[in-house]
Amino acid sequence: MRILACIKRVPITGGRIVLTDDARAIDTRHLGFTMSPHEECGVEEAVRIIETNGGDSVVLTLGPSEAVEQLRDAMALGIDRAIHLLTDDQEWDGEATAAALTEAIQSDEATSGRFDLIFFGNESADSAGFQVGARVARALGRYCATGLKGVSVEGSSVRCEQEVEGGRDVYVLPLPAVLTVKEGLNLPRYPSVPGRMRARSKPVAVSTPLRPEPQLELVRLIVPAGQGRQAEVLGSGAAAAPAVVEVLRKAGVL
Amino acid sequence: MVLVLVEHSEANPTDPSLQALTLARSFGQPVHALLVGAAADLSEHGVSVTHVAEHVALGSFAPDAWAAILGEVAGRLSASAVIAAGTERGNEVIARLAARTGLPFAANCIAVSPGPPVTVTRLRWGGSLLEEARLHGSHALITVAPHVVPVEPSPMPADIERFTPDLSDEDLLVRVVEHVAALGGGVSLTEAKVVVSGGRGVGSKEGFAMIEELAGLLGAAVGCSRAVTSAGWRPHTDQVGQTGTKVAPEVYIACGISGATQHMAGLKGAKRILAINTDPEAPMMLNADYAVVGDLKEIVPAISAEIRKSR
Repeated sequence: MRILACIKRVPITGGRIVLTDDARAIDTRHLGFTMSPHEECGVEEAVRIIETNGGDSVVLTLGPSEAVEQLRDAMALGIDRAIHLLTDDQEWDGEATAAALTEAIQSDEATSGRFDLIFFGNESADSAGFQVGARVARALGRYCATGLKGVSVEGSSVRCEQEVEGGRDVYVLPLPAVLTVKEGLNLPRYPSVPGRMRARSKPVAVSTPLRPEPQLELVRLIVPAGQGRQAEVLGSGAAAAPAVVEVLRKAGVL
Repeated sequence: MVLVLVEHSEANPTDPSLQALTLARSFGQPVHALLVGAAADLSEHGVSVTHVAEHVALGSFAPDAWAAILGEVAGRLSASAVIAAGTERGNEVIARLAARTGLPFAANCIAVSPGPPVTVTRLRWGGSLLEEARLHGSHALITVAPHVVPVEPSPMPADIERFTPDLSDEDLLVRVVEHVAALGGGVSLTEAKVVVSGGRGVGSKEGFAMIEELAGLLGAAVGCSRAVTSAGWRPHTDQVGQTGTKVAPEVYIACGISGATQHMAGLKGAKRILAINTDPEAPMMLNADYAVVGDLKEIVPAISAEIRKSR
């Protein structure tokens, strides 16, 4: 099988989000970065399916030069090679991102063969547009299931499970298919030291797509006012237990 | 006019869809509703026409078919905007409509102004950050963040127009073919009146025994932070936060949780927050209503003992 996992580099925001002076981005000078959580599960799923069925796997991202770190992370987990669509610091909207990814996928498939499965996160942790996977699927003319917490390849089809109220809805799609997944699909492994070593020498193909004018244009970001909670310190250590019980009693839960 | 996809459960419109109808009225244009499978009474919600799509193949959810129907009706009526609730289904269907039309799509909006260009305020980072954005397209595709915009009734008699959409086999291929019921047991996180949640500070899988003990005494659900599920100490179904479950208890007890935005995004519905942490400056402690400073391994068992003593 051939499997592609699409990922996005996002900051680890910690306790409080601070914006740049022009309020058009998060001030990331003091922040670490990671792969968006849902997508990490897409990478893990891709690696597991290839481990079971054999084949090869590719990771694809659109992002700044530093996003190569997240591509290496994915390869450390077992992905074979990477494609990096290099951008400057400007944001790309969902439509532009999907168009660039589609072109990269078509070009890779022209030389290496069709991907049986393409994984996306259901939505990115940061901009949360909920749309890139569906747009790429449509552009490639492939069926798509979204928001999945269960994926199993069964011959030439894939069984997909979506968590809904009261249980799970099941979809069965023919391959090739595009799947958007959510955290909880699996528990991503930690990269091993040999995995990290191998990832360093795995190939990364870089190209620089042109950014079209955004259709969804970011004007500015706003940090919402807090909920205005004012913490009352009940005490410290075990001695605070009676005060805690009093609070629970007043809240009507004891 | 603007067209709103209204989700329903056995002909009762869902709350997020009613919230979407309320926000849709900010366009200052007639509001039409589209329902798939059954009509609902929307006479209190400012809807002038309710379109009801009926088709023998629509007994189970088929997202491409829903997107096709929505696109067909929007095109026929020249809708200037198509709006849905920012639920899993609403976002999925509008994303598919965006893919079919190439139009811009703004997910999880909390405010709109009609423009042109249409301007929205939408949620990022699970609501920890807001974005103001402009939509440059012939039509706007929008979903409305659930449980942010209060429903404002606006009585108006609604005409009901039933129709049978043309659907291709292709549009019906992706559909729900089976529903697997969840196993019962335990207190549901989303409905619990009390949630006792543990973070990295709990220290280990075994450390959750004391969290479970306190939860048991309170009839509470057990929750945890993302650090805990990533470490494999608890299943992902226990995770509270942006990529986990959003909770709305009377009391949320956060034990050894630092309070990263990822976690706080799941707590916006909590009435009272009690935080237990060794670090009095942890974001969780600063965003709580009550704080206890110290080692949860001493404090949590002491609270359990105090509850037992008081019974």
